[in-house]
Amino acid sequence: MNFLRTLLVRREAGIAVMIVLFCLAVGAVKPQFLSLDQLRIILLLTPLIMIAAMGQMMVIVARHVDLSIGSTLGFSAMVSGMLYRFDVDWFGFDVPWWTGIPVSVVVGALLGFGNGVLIQLFRLPAIIVTLGTLSLYRGLTFIISNAKQIDRQWIPSEIKGLSQTSPFTFPEFLPIVGKFNIPWIVILAFGIAILAYLFLMHTRMGRQIYAIGSNPVAAPLRGINVTQVNLAVFTISGALAGLAGIMYASRWGFVNPSNTGNGFEFQVIAAVVIGGVSINGGVGTVLGTVLGVLLLGCVAAALPLLGIPGTSQAAIYGAVILLALLIDRTVRRQGIVSLKRVRP
Amino acid sequence: MSASEMPSAPSSQDAAPPRPTWQVVLVRPETMTFLLLIAGVFAGSQLSPFFLDVAYILRSFTLYSEFAIVALVLTMVIIAGEIDLSPAANMALSACIFAWMQQAGVPIPLAIGIGLLSGLAMGALNAIFVIGLQLPSIIVTIGTLTLYRGLAQVIAGDKSIRVPEWFIGIDKVMIGGIPLPVVAFILLAIVLGFVLSGTIFGRQIYQIGTNEVAARHAGIRTARIKTGLFLGIGLVAAIAGIVTASRLGSVRYDLGLGGELQMVLMAMLGGTYIFGGRGTILGTFLAAWLLVIVSTGMIVANVLPAVQLVVLGVLLIVSIVATNFIYSRTQR
Repeated sequence: MNFLRTLLVRREAGIAVMIVLFCLAVGAVKPQFLSLDQLRIILLLTPLIMIAAMGQMMVIVARHVDLSIGSTLGFSAMVSGMLYRFDVDWFGFDVPWWTGIPVSVVVGALLGFGNGVLIQLFRLPAIIVTLGTLSLYRGLTFIISNAKQIDRQWIPSEIKGLSQTSPFTFPEFLPIVGKFNIPWIVILAFGIAILAYLFLMHTRMGRQIYAIGSNPVAAPLRGINVTQVNLAVFTISGALAGLAGIMYASRWGFVNPSNTGNGFEFQVIAAVVIGGVSINGGVGTVLGTVLGVLLLGCVAAALPLLGIPGTSQAAIYGAVILLALLIDRTVRRQGIVSLKRVRP
Repeated sequence: MSASEMPSAPSSQDAAPPRPTWQVVLVRPETMTFLLLIAGVFAGSQLSPFFLDVAYILRSFTLYSEFAIVALVLTMVIIAGEIDLSPAANMALSACIFAWMQQAGVPIPLAIGIGLLSGLAMGALNAIFVIGLQLPSIIVTIGTLTLYRGLAQVIAGDKSIRVPEWFIGIDKVMIGGIPLPVVAFILLAIVLGFVLSGTIFGRQIYQIGTNEVAARHAGIRTARIKTGLFLGIGLVAAIAGIVTASRLGSVRYDLGLGGELQMVLMAMLGGTYIFGGRGTILGTFLAAWLLVIVSTGMIVANVLPAVQLVVLGVLLIVSIVATNFIYSRTQR
């Protein structure tokens, strides 16, 4: 009974119920929504957001926010794309197909580190700094690329294959799941989520992120190196945005200086806050964030089926952020009330 | 009897002697903005002989006047310790609602009225979340920014809505040789500057930003004033949106895209303290001109638009670092 109650009180359960109810509701109108094909569409919609959401979640848990991840994604993807495009001109040989992955991650980490240095060194609010670097990094993307798109033929087919091929497929003779496969990038995204879980729950620094977010004043008094942790958090956020950048090249097969990653930060923030990460810091789980991403993926996949034009997607993301804020506030209030009841 | 003749022995209880006036003026962030403005004009005139054409600068200002008008009110919001990132999206949605209404046959004055009302409603929604529900304005306005821009996209789709021929060209209307939006900006700056520095209401805004709890205990109606500020910025953003519609001659959902950066930049460049309680309308007024000078200078010097994005981003960071530095050196 106690276990059941814990389960009901947990935010993750609430989100999971919302996902199930939403899918059933859409499925009632359009039965084809509850099919494996549709599940594959949903899974393919989510990896980019999920990878970046893990970093954004750590940033928000530490009571900051990172608005620059969309531009970081674009810049890292552009650096890798140009590496593939001009490798013969620059180095005289073709770089192996996988070089874009570490390059994007490192470039993203550097940009994230830049955010962290500005925020930590000058004690500036993250929102303003990352609003500035959002513009700065986007401008740099235009400059390095000369405002030219990296077209499909330059992205190695192995990179593009990551979002089409799968390490395993279910045998075809199985009745329901036959022919169903899970592409590499989906597996990668869930792998990142597991790593994020291990980092946040089972390492010292992971716990320190929660401590800083819960009480930024008390954290240094307890011997936490706030500078180090905040720098790490922003670097991780940038690195994951960079990884999402090369995954963008994989998923869509091109890198465009203006479109790639534009507005991406709002989708990610929407996913993170609906996943129960509190914008007041210190509260949030990887599982909740994953569920938040999946819920957004379900909504995005349901729109075209329901005949709602794609132009309404941004409005729905905005509404989702506000709704999540309302839920967050209600839950927090009840938490305070129950704490008061416990006290004698 | 002046203070210096007071026959009291100096003790630790005494207040520090007042700084000389020149020092007080020199360390004000607005002075920095003013010096940068002069440097910008000088650099621009070196870059191109056509730069010092006042009419050209005034014409260029109309491109930024809508953001500048909103930035004036945003300054007051930031001084009160809050922030609003949604006005650029508000401009787009108000303009889309207005353009859509008039296209559907609603008479233009009524359509303008509805556009302004919708802007007010958007400000009210922000206020409900920030003041009524006590949620942080940063994240609320990120949400409403996405929502308003998204709703504008729902209304207008990917097409642009045209406005009637006679409605186009408010930026070409001259009053004494100055374009109408620029006149509006100057007048609003004077009015708001007076309100902020010369009325009880204005001083209360500073008090709220300095210490909201103390302000409430001092009997200031903090909720009412902050609600007023959010309603005000919603209304002004709607006006700016409709002015933009008149300047561009058509309305798309991406009207004023990225404008939140420029608005915040104007406030920050003008020395408004991001944590609230400090800042002046004069600073934002000067910063708006500085931004126009810098942007026009870059256009005159044939700098790529991409480089301008970089410069804006760097300016924002540098201005906030400088402002923080200045305020940390002067006593609070």
